[in-house]
Amino acid sequence: MANPLTGYLIVAALVFAIGLAGALTRRNAIMVLIGIELMLNAANLNLIAFWRYGRHPEVLTGMMFAIFSIAVAAAEAAVGLGLVISIYRHAKTTDLEQMNRMKG
Amino acid sequence: MGFVFYLISTFTVGGALAAVLLKNLVHAALALTVAFFGLALLFLRLDAQFAGFAQILVYVGAVAILVVFAILLTRGSELPKEGVFSKTWLVGLAIAAGVFALLAWAVLQAAPWLPQEKAAPTVTVNDIGNALMSRYVLPLEIVAVLLTAALLGAVIVAMHEKERSR
Amino acid sequence: MQEAMAFTPQLDASSIAQWLWLIPAVPIVSSGIIALLKQPRRKMASGLAIGSLGFSLIVAIAAFAHVLSGWSHGFAVREVVNFSWIQVGAQSVELGWVLDPLSAVMMVMVCFVGLLIFIYSTGYMEHDENYTRFFCFLALFAGAMLGVVISNSILLLFMCWELVGLTSYLLIGFWYQKPAAAAAAKKAFVTTRVGDIFFLLGIVWLFAQTGTLLFYDHGAGSLESLALGGLLVHQSHWGLTAAGAIGLLIFAGAAGKSGQLPLHVWLPDAMEGPTPVSALIHAATMVAAGVYLIARVYSLMSAGAVAHGGAAGTTTALMVVTWVGAATALFAALVAVAQNDIKRILAYSTVSQLGYMMAGLGVGGVAVGMFHLITHAFFKALLFMGAGSVIHGAHEEQDIRKMGGMKPAMPWTFATYAVGMLALCGVPIFFSGFWSKDAILESAHQWPVAQAPYYMLIFGAVLTAFYMTRQLSYVFFGAYRGHGQAHESPRVMTGPLVILAFFAMALGVIGTPAWPWFRSFLENHAAEVEMHAFAESAWLMLLLTSCVIVAVGIGLAWWLYGDKSPRAEEPDALEKAIPPVWTVFANRIYVDELYGVTVIAFYYWWAKVADWIDRNIWGGIVAGITLLFKVWAQVNRFLDTNMVDGGFDKGCEELYNGGGILARIQNGRGQIYLRLLAVAVVVLAAILIWSGRP
Repeated sequence: MANPLTGYLIVAALVFAIGLAGALTRRNAIMVLIGIELMLNAANLNLIAFWRYGRHPEVLTGMMFAIFSIAVAAAEAAVGLGLVISIYRHAKTTDLEQMNRMKG
Repeated sequence: MGFVFYLISTFTVGGALAAVLLKNLVHAALALTVAFFGLALLFLRLDAQFAGFAQILVYVGAVAILVVFAILLTRGSELPKEGVFSKTWLVGLAIAAGVFALLAWAVLQAAPWLPQEKAAPTVTVNDIGNALMSRYVLPLEIVAVLLTAALLGAVIVAMHEKERSR
Repeated sequence: MQEAMAFTPQLDASSIAQWLWLIPAVPIVSSGIIALLKQPRRKMASGLAIGSLGFSLIVAIAAFAHVLSGWSHGFAVREVVNFSWIQVGAQSVELGWVLDPLSAVMMVMVCFVGLLIFIYSTGYMEHDENYTRFFCFLALFAGAMLGVVISNSILLLFMCWELVGLTSYLLIGFWYQKPAAAAAAKKAFVTTRVGDIFFLLGIVWLFAQTGTLLFYDHGAGSLESLALGGLLVHQSHWGLTAAGAIGLLIFAGAAGKSGQLPLHVWLPDAMEGPTPVSALIHAATMVAAGVYLIARVYSLMSAGAVAHGGAAGTTTALMVVTWVGAATALFAALVAVAQNDIKRILAYSTVSQLGYMMAGLGVGGVAVGMFHLITHAFFKALLFMGAGSVIHGAHEEQDIRKMGGMKPAMPWTFATYAVGMLALCGVPIFFSGFWSKDAILESAHQWPVAQAPYYMLIFGAVLTAFYMTRQLSYVFFGAYRGHGQAHESPRVMTGPLVILAFFAMALGVIGTPAWPWFRSFLENHAAEVEMHAFAESAWLMLLLTSCVIVAVGIGLAWWLYGDKSPRAEEPDALEKAIPPVWTVFANRIYVDELYGVTVIAFYYWWAKVADWIDRNIWGGIVAGITLLFKVWAQVNRFLDTNMVDGGFDKGCEELYNGGGILARIQNGRGQIYLRLLAVAVVVLAAILIWSGRP
């Protein structure tokens, strides 16, 4: 590969796709959250890669973005998992296939 | 690209795959941790030391643990009877494949025009701190509020509802 | 436009000719008034009818007196009153009436005999509930018959002729509830109609050829020399001139009305009507109308006689008339011998005598035929009325085998009936029938064409005497074989009988060779009393012949039947002698049966064919068109249900199903929403990237 950036981007795309596949196909709600975490991570990788190989890295845009993304992702994971626990308490299951109260 | 890159990439992607494919949720969570580690190493390779260590601290140290706790609290360790994948898993897979195809195509197509600065940036923690307090002070405060809200929210959501109805 | 037309000096228009139209009009009007009366007003009905006919009689006598005075002064009276009825472009339909000896004589006879019969009917129909209707029809008939008699226009004659036919139908079928009567009326009408078709053809031809409908019109009429000359020029088929052909067509009409041989079948069946009807219509007047018609158009029929030196009765038309008449006379006499109904014997006798009249017209001319018509009217009416009296006295019995010995119980009836019977048989000297029949026989004997009619008529005369004596002996002699007690009829019925009997005897006077008044009157020349005519050898031979005829006939019948009173179950004496011949005669020589299998069967078949055509072909066409419409309607329905409705329904169904399918997207499962999101993003991104390419 002539450009190392391409490699990182491909890896990031791969991880993103894997995360998406997991979010779309797994029945357990927690697995969906795992998938989402993977997607966020892939995006972070993208950001850092572009910061490293982009123009003016001293402005730290990419790095900051990635750091904030990490922070937000953590908060979101906390809330999301809390929701999953709450739902589990209510429906006695975490199986997404059985959760169709939004139907109609 | 060096051999190291491929090694770390394989590690990361393998971990991600395992995280998604494993039936046992706890094993999946652990594989996720491996994926996180891999990504942190990639960050380090990209001379983003702060991001890499922040990744380890937050993701591996907090999120992964959180996931494991959630799995434990929702009895996720017990294998479900109908299977772990949705009945229409092929559709999901196809969609994910489509997304990857699109992204790869975009990347490969734009390859000649991607920037490639060779010089590694010299970034210190001091610079990051300064940037946080000056340029990025607003996002910092907002993230702080967000974290507080998330903390409170998570506690409330996950709390036992004693008096209210089921 | 009216003038008096004379062969010698001109006469001024007479007022009586002007008023001649009253004679038929008054009875017709009274008929109309009677038609409006209600049934219970019987006396008024009969009074009106008798009064009107009496009035007509008076006017007729006045007219007759006028003609008589004209004749006695040496004028040939022929007064016409013509008028135009309808104008069609340049032509007009002309009607009119004529007063001449022929019409005068007929008028008086019809009115007189008619009046007597009207009076008789008041007694005969006393117990009938439809008395009023009877007199309405009788009056209408009398008016129509008088119309025929005085008519100067062949069209007016035809109109009145048809009216006479109609009233005959109404009167024959008077008791219409009886199926036999209704059938007989229909038969009469249809049979005379067959003759009338030819009559109408003759009228049309005559009008086309001569250009006028009037008989006499101051030289321009169809019976006057100019027109006749024109008619003789044209040759028709089979050697006939136009005059002859027209004459034959008219004769066909007369043959129907007067019951000549092929068309006689209706007359015996017409006896289903009440006896006064039989007396008036089928003895004296209507059947005589045919004879009168031939007499009226005689100049047409006798025009252009070239064979045998131009003697009378030698044109083809008149030859046909003679042969048909003679054949009818003989045929009917044969059948009459074997009949058992009193009225039916008289009916066949009438047919036979009508044959005599026609033959007389053919061989001897107008005077000969008309004389027999006049005398026959009187004695036949007398005989029918006498028969009615007998039927009345025998309590409505009509079979002569169930009568007998009526002489002591009904003296007046017997006496008058005997007079009529002797007149009909032609018993010499005292009875008018002898003189009139004798004149016919004499003319037949002198007919240059052939002698066969003479012998046929003589044989017929023998048979006439035979069957009348048979009837008389069956009815009046021997023992009474009927039920109940026979009684004489009331005065109102026997009175007219006596009057008619008188005339049956007295009328002979006007036709003797010694004083041929009748002939002279009709032929417009003077009549001298020549007693020496009685001494002529030809006449004496004829007298002898007649005596022999009568003696043979009466003697044979008396020997066979006499005072014996055979019961109904026993076969007739003659039947015992010649059974097969008897059977043929008793079955009326099977003429009706012949018609039944030929003409009538043909019409039934034709009616069936027409019905088949109507039902299958026309009906089939209609059904086909209907079917077409039905098919079209079905196609429309199919299209409507399947394409229009179906299309719409299908569309709605698809929409519904589509909605169902689309609703599956909203299944409440977050993962599915997520997938959709991903797809949307991919698509959008692809579009953006694609469009953003350099």
